[in-house]
Amino acid sequence: MFGIPGGVVIPIFDALYDAPLKLILTRHEQAAAHAADGYARASGRAGVCIATSGPGATNLTTGIATANFDSSPVVAITGQVKTALIGNDAFQEADTIGITRSISKYNCLVRRVEDLARTIKEAFYVATTGRPGPVVIDLPVDVSLAMLDGEPDKTIMLRGYKPPGEGNPKQIRLAADVINAAARPVLYVGGGVIISGASQELYQLAKAMTAPVTTTLMGLGAFPQDDPLSLGMLGMHGTVYANRAIMQADTIVAIGARFDDRVTGRTDRFNPSAKIVHIDIDPSSISKNIKVHVPIVGDAKQVLSELIKHIQPTDRSAWLKQVEDWKKRYPLKYKDHGKLKPQYVIQQISAVSTDDTIICTEVGQNQMWTALWYTFKKPRTLISSGGLGTMGFGLPAAMGAQLARPGALVLDIAGDGSIQMNIQELATVATYNIPVKVAILNNSCLGMVRQWQELFWNKRYSHTIFNHNPDFVKLAEAYGVKGMRITERDQVRDALEEAIRHPGPVIMDFRVDPAENVFPMVPAGKSLDEVMEGLA
Amino acid sequence: MKHIICAIVENRPGVLALVSGLFSARGFNIDSLAVGETEDPELSRMTIVAEGDEFVLDQITKQLRKLIPVVKVQDISSRDHVERDLMLIKVAAPADKRGEVLDVIQVFQGKVVDISQEDLIVEVSGPEGKVEAFIRLMRPYGIKEVARTGRIALLRTPK
Repeated sequence: MFGIPGGVVIPIFDALYDAPLKLILTRHEQAAAHAADGYARASGRAGVCIATSGPGATNLTTGIATANFDSSPVVAITGQVKTALIGNDAFQEADTIGITRSISKYNCLVRRVEDLARTIKEAFYVATTGRPGPVVIDLPVDVSLAMLDGEPDKTIMLRGYKPPGEGNPKQIRLAADVINAAARPVLYVGGGVIISGASQELYQLAKAMTAPVTTTLMGLGAFPQDDPLSLGMLGMHGTVYANRAIMQADTIVAIGARFDDRVTGRTDRFNPSAKIVHIDIDPSSISKNIKVHVPIVGDAKQVLSELIKHIQPTDRSAWLKQVEDWKKRYPLKYKDHGKLKPQYVIQQISAVSTDDTIICTEVGQNQMWTALWYTFKKPRTLISSGGLGTMGFGLPAAMGAQLARPGALVLDIAGDGSIQMNIQELATVATYNIPVKVAILNNSCLGMVRQWQELFWNKRYSHTIFNHNPDFVKLAEAYGVKGMRITERDQVRDALEEAIRHPGPVIMDFRVDPAENVFPMVPAGKSLDEVMEGLA
Repeated sequence: MKHIICAIVENRPGVLALVSGLFSARGFNIDSLAVGETEDPELSRMTIVAEGDEFVLDQITKQLRKLIPVVKVQDISSRDHVERDLMLIKVAAPADKRGEVLDVIQVFQGKVVDISQEDLIVEVSGPEGKVEAFIRLMRPYGIKEVARTGRIALLRTPK
């Protein structure tokens, strides 16, 4: 539980004073929401955040929207002014229900104390079932102060909410027929596989089909990337071989993914001839952007375990050989000389990590380099804001992940732009000695926007270059956190090992080449075969 | 093509905003929306007339179903149903024209619900085409005000 007190939530915090519940006091409500989200993504259990009315609640909103986009079970409790004052422009009043309506899975204003226990139960039920997502409970101060006579009623009463059941067996058989007839199948895997806990089933399916596997950003970790069938990430910054494979496949099996624009590129040219099987728990994801031939609505784990039973062994060696050739011809690459390269730093992080290390990222180049250069092997080891793309997510999410997995090494790979969007949380990690390690890939600019300006806007670097950055080492020390600066290639490995050995939180300021860009890149609105491979 | 979507929703504050917010946030066009309590006081029926191709309508119904307080969603346009619009219309009807106006009202099975020296308020209900036709015929006499409910509809029981 993460949060910050305020006027109308004092009764709740008063109850927390001697309750057997641990609250982590963050320094900004946005960070409380991201920390709850990070906790949820690392553990699969609901994370909870709490804030006061008005500004407390509006500060939570970015975190709620982030969790919503990436289907993360977060329960957000917001204080509200007295029921009698609602709508009167009272001090610190905001229409939290109205504001969070389109960015949450569900929200509810509790008007009577009799409804409170039931609403809380419903909130956790909705947040964690079906396609998970955030739920907001808005709690007026008079309700949180009221005393309930008798036993609380906890019976869930949601007539309109029925999480999808099992996948339709007929559709599953139809999908198996399509797959068995495929000569060039590709598995396209999203975050739904991780949420569903279906990695094992996915692995069995890929082996049974002998089909290559590409994942979205959210799907990284669902399939071991050191496996020969792994193609890494697809899409705008996907590997060339993943994009080739998806464009030339005769059958695409999409699992827990939603064909978003960063994945498909230009939709009318996204492999128009392939047969598409789509397994998703959310019916509205199916045929939203790309027309699907065999839809299966259901939980990935259940559907895959059924589907595997109908897969026949098929010789696909020619297709696998083709994919292997692409891997050899179009490997990921960068020029590793001159200034320290961010890709090298991430390769080294990958080398010092274990399979259970949790990597959080901020948003932008740091995130894409991580997706490309870190070898993810297990689910729930990458925690990143995919859909909303929220800068400032990584550090608070890392705090939440570390609290969910106290024994694991948790690293936040950051940019110097993103880290400054929630840098105040260094106070939180110092207060509770949450031993997250932050690797800032410091290029003194808003790198991803700078990259677009370089490539598509005539190098007009409008407001993307930081002429003045703080000294991150001194800043870390000011917060009571260990700070390190790394400027040379040969210092990277030692620095990482030293940081990992340090029992508390660490900030590593890697001074990387400011001119380095993320490649491969498919420009926005282009087809996946119109790739810019980069300069190397 | 125009579609009639019937949504049975929980009858409580905020649900109308939730549904209308979905339409605006996702850029779906809405022609009319009528809401009222059903035979079960805990539920309301929303009748939504929306325009779009099959693809858009598929998304609208799926997104509506996803909303937690929405219990049931049906696109009834292609099924056997009864639909009605209700209109109150204030028409200028001075003494010398009043007879003509009343004749037209009779043909449309309209009801005069208020009468003054200068004008009449007429209640007309029926399918959209009938209501539109009545407006057209009243125009030469001078329409002062119109209030319409938006479409309501029910599926017929198969016989």
